[in-house]
Amino acid sequence: MATKKMGIIASKGALDMAYPPLILASTAASLGWDVKVFFTFYGLQLLRKDLSGIAISPLANPAMPMPVPMPVVVSVLPGMETMATGMMKSKIKKKGVASLEELRSTCLEAEVGLIACQMTVDLFDFDKQDFIDGIEYGGAATFLRFAGEADVCLFI
Amino acid sequence: MHFDKEFDASGLSCPMPIVKTKKALSAMESGQVLRVVATDPGSVCDMAAFAEETGNPLLSQSEETGKFVFFLRKG
Repeated sequence: MATKKMGIIASKGALDMAYPPLILASTAASLGWDVKVFFTFYGLQLLRKDLSGIAISPLANPAMPMPVPMPVVVSVLPGMETMATGMMKSKIKKKGVASLEELRSTCLEAEVGLIACQMTVDLFDFDKQDFIDGIEYGGAATFLRFAGEADVCLFI
Repeated sequence: MHFDKEFDASGLSCPMPIVKTKKALSAMESGQVLRVVATDPGSVCDMAAFAEETGNPLLSQSEETGKFVFFLRKG
């Protein structure tokens, strides 16, 4: 049986949206699939050495479970994002959900191809020194060459 | 059931029980049996899918006092 392939575009950099690409990529690699993830726009934040800045906002996020109903006017107050992020991270830890760092290193160990979008790096004047080693830099054609033969292709 | 290796994935959530099962199997010989204990209810479906997808047969699965026990044979 030919090895299955999965290509993912990770375009979001918020804490909740960071999980799906890393979970699916590490799981597919565990299933023996050949996996590549293309990190573009805000998704590029997931390739930083330091992931501590990854946050979640309760603002415009009505489905986020909160201990008490939170009106939008409260969500905009200073410190609410920090508070929501802290709550989410402590819940993640308590429930035995892996950290982003752990999932990412699982991907690297399993030889998931992590591609940083060069255009985004240039657009935001990012410093490549801030990104982890072991990734490649490329563009849409790099991803599409792989995605064209993928069994599963996702945009997240 | 006889097993050659075991690990405890209790307290871990998706996808770590699967990721660690894969790692454990990688270090084993074909035909050897791995026993996995997990508390994640999602692992019941996930372990069956993993077994089928990777060709490592799931010999049995059971629930013992809130824990899920799996036996996989390395294919």
